[in-house]
Amino acid sequence: MKFQLIGVNHKTAPVEVRERLAIPESRLAEACKKLAEHPSVAEGMIVSTCNRVEFIANMKNGAGDLREFLREYFEADPGQFESHLYEFREDEAIRHIFRVAASLDSMVVGEPQILGQVKEAYATARAVGAVRAQLDQLLTRAFAVAKRVRTETAVGSSSVSIASVAVELAEKIFGSLNGKSVYLVGAGKMCELAARHLLAHGAASLFVANRTYDRAIRLAQKFNGQAIEFCRLYDTCDRADIVITSTGSPNFIFKPEHGEKLMALRKNRPMFFIDIAVPRDVDPEMNKIDGIFVYDIDDLQQAVSSHFADRKKEAERAEAIVNDEVRKFHARLQTLDVVPTIVSLQDHLETIRQAEIDRVRGRLGSMTTDQELAVEALTRGIVNKIMHTPISTLKTAARDPESTTVIDLVRRLFNLHDDAKSSGASKVARGASSETSSDSSSEERRQKS
Amino acid sequence: MTLFWLRVALICYAAGLFYALVALTHTSEILGKVALHAAYLGMVFHLVSLTEAVVQTGQIATASAHNAESLLAFLIMVVFMLAYMIYKTTTPGIVVFPLVFLLTFVAATGQQPLVFASVVVKKGWLAAHILMIFTGYAALFLSFGASILYLMQERALKSKRKIANGMFARLPALQVIDDIGFRSLMLGFPFMTLGLLAGSVVAEATYGRFDFLDPKILLSILMWAVYLLMVFIRLHVGWRGRRAALLASVAFVAAIVAWMANYFSGMHRFVAS
Repeated sequence: MKFQLIGVNHKTAPVEVRERLAIPESRLAEACKKLAEHPSVAEGMIVSTCNRVEFIANMKNGAGDLREFLREYFEADPGQFESHLYEFREDEAIRHIFRVAASLDSMVVGEPQILGQVKEAYATARAVGAVRAQLDQLLTRAFAVAKRVRTETAVGSSSVSIASVAVELAEKIFGSLNGKSVYLVGAGKMCELAARHLLAHGAASLFVANRTYDRAIRLAQKFNGQAIEFCRLYDTCDRADIVITSTGSPNFIFKPEHGEKLMALRKNRPMFFIDIAVPRDVDPEMNKIDGIFVYDIDDLQQAVSSHFADRKKEAERAEAIVNDEVRKFHARLQTLDVVPTIVSLQDHLETIRQAEIDRVRGRLGSMTTDQELAVEALTRGIVNKIMHTPISTLKTAARDPESTTVIDLVRRLFNLHDDAKSSGASKVARGASSETSSDSSSEERRQKS
Repeated sequence: MTLFWLRVALICYAAGLFYALVALTHTSEILGKVALHAAYLGMVFHLVSLTEAVVQTGQIATASAHNAESLLAFLIMVVFMLAYMIYKTTTPGIVVFPLVFLLTFVAATGQQPLVFASVVVKKGWLAAHILMIFTGYAALFLSFGASILYLMQERALKSKRKIANGMFARLPALQVIDDIGFRSLMLGFPFMTLGLLAGSVVAEATYGRFDFLDPKILLSILMWAVYLLMVFIRLHVGWRGRRAALLASVAFVAAIVAWMANYFSGMHRFVAS
């Protein structure tokens, strides 16, 4: 187990840095593949949302650092973003993944979207074979932990998602949302969610503009809204009181000159831009125009800081659950390491026993069934007695940080081979880990020689 | 007794003043309520004081500057309470209470002789003139206060920091503040217009001529023109925020100047020369 995680999130890096590291959905599969193919990485996956970019890997033994991958992938000078990176290893990495999935690390603690996003990232990485063995276990567990936190604490119950924060801010500007119109630029999930909230709070009409017109039509139909071709965006968006942008565009879609024009068309009635895209779609300079209010994803966080206190207590309980789960998962991983060794030890001694019986069978001559059974019982008894102590030692050692030393020692004493280990491990991780373990053990052998 | 009741009202308004000062740094739900109820009470005493003045002199035309200030303060409170009933917010009080306190304070310092009213004919018109002009002033002032609040709220929303705490959390929504400002502006305009017309009728009847060069008349017309311009711009260009506040302060200054003209006008003054 060599988990390593590095990344940036809304706490460590401003949106300017996150948008540089963000990997769009279209390129995510390819990026996961590249990560998994990196020489120091056995398995890997990437979570890239508007609030975080995380690289999670199961490293090969003795292998270097995920930062190398980052440098290569982004072809960037590490100094540019290194100060914003956080890094976790082993248990800390496990804890971080659990916390992220359980929405404890979110901008809005308890918001439910992140779990779906992690699940999607996992599915993408799994589809390209970048997640196979231990990472698979880790993520599956993380989803279970998230569920546990959700059911056992109230962290998610009064969840204030970005969408509902947006509603609150809109009400701060417009008073009542009755009769206000909402304009979605981009037809993403987050946009949809925010729109749903705003409509539920009284917003009257909805427009959707998207580069893929079909998606705009589909989303508009869902809410009884109106789809608009992307090229007509600037001609039509003066009708909107609230504009929500979430496109994948690398450049600003709304710039100050658009803002000035809109204000003239609207006779200075205020407009609220909610920019949940990373990289951003709305030039922050727009906020300086009278009557225009621009909130990007970071600003939303500040706006919700007041909600945080209420849920602090529940969040503490959730942290306790996470700690508990980290401990359990850790123990389980180590037992997993031990199981193949025990299996191959048993296989090994069974082979010796069979071989010895076959060897002396001739000299014993013909035996009655009773005698045959007695020999069988005798040899089996001896083997079991001898094996009892090593196996129970292995099992206890599994809960110990030094387990790998004990396992190694047992393997050396009994001259157990790696193929035996992988066949035992295949119960847990078919095929994938054989590559990992044979890799790591050949490395071990090299070190020994 | 007029003065006595006015002074009692003043003490009540002091609670409002205190609220306004505290509101700049803290929020206090209780203090807001206390200030509101004290203001109600103050208005009752204030009304008693005003009624008594009318009963004493037998005419509604308040003839001294101090009585006029007292009436203006009362009307501002009326407009404020109207806004409170519609929008359920006491925050305009931050601006309104100090001014009302100041006006009442000046009015409560002492009695002035009544001179002006005696030369006037058409007393009914005069009463209409005073009431309407003062309602216009009160509305204009509330509109000015609202544009200041609008500015504060706009700043808070743009800075993105102060929204969750402090007084900004309790400021009404931007659009509501805008509504208060706009509606009181629109309400004040007809009053101001009719009040000026009533005033000119009185002047015509009293002096038999209409001296446009008299500072009071000149400045009043100027103020009315600024007001008209403001209404026009609000309706057709929709200025808000900084520019609306600028407009409102220009109109407000014009109104104050027109008010001040009382002290050096040949036709329109309170104290006998």
